[in-house]
Amino acid sequence: MATDLHRTTRARVAWYALLTALAGVVLFPAYMTLVRALSQPREYVLAGQPPWPVSPEWDVFARAFTEGDMGRKFLVSAVVTGCIVAGQLLTATLAAYAFTFLRFPLRRTLFVVFMATLMLPIEVTLIPNVETVRSLGWLNSYPGLVGPFLATAFGTFLLRQGFRGIPRDLLDASQLDGFGHLAFLRRVAIPVTRPVVASFAVIAFLAAWNQYTWPRAVVTEGRWETVQIGLKSVAVETVDRSNIAFAAAILAAVPILLLLIFLQRHLVRGLTTGAVKG
Amino acid sequence: MTRRTREALLAYAMLLPSLVIFAWFFFYPLYRLVEMGLHQKNRAGTAERWVGWSQFSDVLGGDEFREGVRITGTYVLYTVPLGLVLGVLLAVAANRRLKGIKVFQAIFSSTIATSVAVASVIFFVLLNPQVGYFSSVEWFSLSDPDTALRGVALSSVWQNLGLTFVIVLAGLQAVPEEVDEAATLDGYGPVRRFFRVTLPMISPTLLFLVVVLVIFALQAFAQSDILTGGGPLGSTETLVWKIFNSQQPLDQGVGAVMAVGLFAITLVVSLAQFLILERRVHYGN
Repeated sequence: MATDLHRTTRARVAWYALLTALAGVVLFPAYMTLVRALSQPREYVLAGQPPWPVSPEWDVFARAFTEGDMGRKFLVSAVVTGCIVAGQLLTATLAAYAFTFLRFPLRRTLFVVFMATLMLPIEVTLIPNVETVRSLGWLNSYPGLVGPFLATAFGTFLLRQGFRGIPRDLLDASQLDGFGHLAFLRRVAIPVTRPVVASFAVIAFLAAWNQYTWPRAVVTEGRWETVQIGLKSVAVETVDRSNIAFAAAILAAVPILLLLIFLQRHLVRGLTTGAVKG
Repeated sequence: MTRRTREALLAYAMLLPSLVIFAWFFFYPLYRLVEMGLHQKNRAGTAERWVGWSQFSDVLGGDEFREGVRITGTYVLYTVPLGLVLGVLLAVAANRRLKGIKVFQAIFSSTIATSVAVASVIFFVLLNPQVGYFSSVEWFSLSDPDTALRGVALSSVWQNLGLTFVIVLAGLQAVPEEVDEAATLDGYGPVRRFFRVTLPMISPTLLFLVVVLVIFALQAFAQSDILTGGGPLGSTETLVWKIFNSQQPLDQGVGAVMAVGLFAITLVVSLAQFLILERRVHYGN
């Protein structure tokens, strides 16, 4: 595209200048948060809030763990995310397999029932779901945090698309060899669609780790706070401790940042599913 | 037992775990919402009385819900068009064969790493009325009821930028190069080529993004919860904020009706999403 623009060095320099300016705008908000996390809070304000750190305190990230209890929050978030990803992988794989390879009465109807849940986000069902969790005594507990997310229509849909690419002959052949459906699922279907499964797992991780509204509704005790809802403390923190709240926000993004760096291919494929043809 | 029966039983067994969760946390709550909407509880939540469908018409036609719809609708208007334009701008800028372009692409997609809560804290740094870096900019000041929602919306625009960029870039890269070359040979300049050739070719991608961004905006809660607490003067109380804060027994009926209202709005948008998704998949085959 626009090869004519590249012909001259001047045009290329101008393009790099544009890209650099845009990169500056995109990075600026996160950069300022890093500056404020590192700066000694009072001296930073006294220095007139410059766009660079004032009397940097490099131990602020460690203090987020000792004083901000980030360790406990990371544990809660990790367990919740792990259970949701594992649970969704299990339920969605089984359901997607049934919808793809098995014949049974009401198949179409049940698929519509699955897809209908896409129209019931947790924001809509919040009040009755909190009531359910409360009546079970599950406020401030892992079952309460995880329960509503153990099944997923989106994941079922995604995996079904993957399974559909498997030739039916493979199933027939494996059945001639005496393998049942579960063996075919484990030994053929999942290994063959590994890229789809990986993309789904990465997206499920992202969504589970970043959740806010639901944990905020079913957690009332500090020790059950996830990393995300713990960030609300920034609004009530005194100026002297505000740097710890800012550091916590940066730490909260680290797991997803690692995901972005090491599993970029899967993440991008998962995010762009449905958006681009092919 | 015939083979056919066995296959059907296996299928139901495989669907059962999902169906249990869906019945328990998706469909039963929908039923409960209607039931709650027909009743009113006392302050302690120990007793409730039937108030009937009048509560639905009162709430859905009342000021509180209308204000929530207005604020959420404004939020959609603030975040979706601006986010889309910026995302396209970044994607077009980074869709070049230049040395080091991967670095810029990584930077432009970096906000994917932030959650709504993280982005809200980051914009707390920029916009907080007491200590924010841009607290003196009046156009998106969080301390003025007329402008606070703009500030809150900016955090969403920034947070969604990475996702928008990645999706638009994927769309641009799916445009065959011959199409651009042909347009160039036909004497189209870069600007005309973009509006007459590139933009129409990626319009399905943009449509998909509009739906996704609208749904995000409809669900906005953490932004107000962290940045403004719904204020000043309730000016950033989105629909979900109002629902979330209607959980006390006395407000529960009203909150349930507002949730039904949000459901109706989500239904329309989700249907659009599903139709687009089906069409995409259909074309993909």
